[in-house]
Amino acid sequence: MREFIKGLWREHPVFRQLLGMCPTLAVTTSALNGISMGLSVVFVLFFSSLVVSLIKNLVPTQVRIAVYTVIIATFVTIVDIFLQAVFPDISMALGPFIPLIIVNCIILGRCEAFVSKHSLSASLKDALGMGIGFTWGLFLLGSIRELFGEGTILGFKILSSNYNPLIVMILPAGAFIVLGFLVAIMNSLEK
Amino acid sequence: MINLILIFISTLLINNLVLSSFLGICPFLGVSGKIESAFGMGMAVTFVMTLATSISWLIYHLILVKFGLFYLEYVMFILVIASLVQMVEMFIRKFSSNLYQSLGIFLPLITTNCAILGVALFMVARNYNFLESVVFGFSGGLGFSLVLLIMAGIREELVYADIPKVFQGAALTLITAGLLALVFMGFSGLISA
Repeated sequence: MREFIKGLWREHPVFRQLLGMCPTLAVTTSALNGISMGLSVVFVLFFSSLVVSLIKNLVPTQVRIAVYTVIIATFVTIVDIFLQAVFPDISMALGPFIPLIIVNCIILGRCEAFVSKHSLSASLKDALGMGIGFTWGLFLLGSIRELFGEGTILGFKILSSNYNPLIVMILPAGAFIVLGFLVAIMNSLEK
Repeated sequence: MINLILIFISTLLINNLVLSSFLGICPFLGVSGKIESAFGMGMAVTFVMTLATSISWLIYHLILVKFGLFYLEYVMFILVIASLVQMVEMFIRKFSSNLYQSLGIFLPLITTNCAILGVALFMVARNYNFLESVVFGFSGGLGFSLVLLIMAGIREELVYADIPKVFQGAALTLITAGLLALVFMGFSGLISA
């Protein structure tokens, strides 16, 4: 249980470890995009951890990174083709950031730092915890940016129509600034 | 020719990989503490990115397109990048042990630098020809180095500032990056589309 919980708060991948920053910042223009990216990462992380854990003793150390990356790339290709077929809108919105899950440091980082040293069941719990932690981080960031940038969350109107949207929140600069403040808030909560 | 210059300027300043496409954020946050290592990282990325884009273009158009193996696109790109990084690592270890030590663990992590895979993917999505792809890869690397160096310069000065404890470290770096992104938005009027 401890392996699962730690990814949700204490070792949160986004706010504590600062892993996987590129999709975190890029796709969180809305809450929905944040959740979609988060769930895609959960899927890839879970199955990559599973396969890596099963084959880790067969892979020579020198080529392990390359092998892990190919495994991850395979699962990302599955997600990509699935989204294109079933949710074409989401696939369009996330664009190149679906294939970029391959190089998301959360996945390779967990495979390298955790899975290679722990048992299968611990690795799967870790993967689920980290994945869900990542997803709520993205959802929070996406909601804040969508709320201030367009006055909505998940497409529902929250702020009155008199509200003047802060366009900067949707722009790249807003992503950096909101995440910076969130990390600072997490730091102060920790004390 | 004018086309190539436009790609160069727009990739370097207007659509900067780090500040507008969010590619390569991990090394951008991790290695921007000192100008010297930022410079080394920037050069390594520029080198790998230019080579990786050229080789990926050749393989994509000569093999994948010809045989219709599009679903192998991601696996192929990542393999090209991983093997190139391995080569650069061996090269730097042999010729500059100082640089090797200062880059430390970040060199193998170039493999997972999304900027490099990102450039290869953008190249396919935007249908660039070979020459355009090479210029795109090169200017992408230079743009990354430029922003990394600016950031390292700012952070070296920030060390002397009196910063509230909760903002120290990553939080302040992210906010600085946000301000930098605002500054770079000023370049967007440079070329009218």
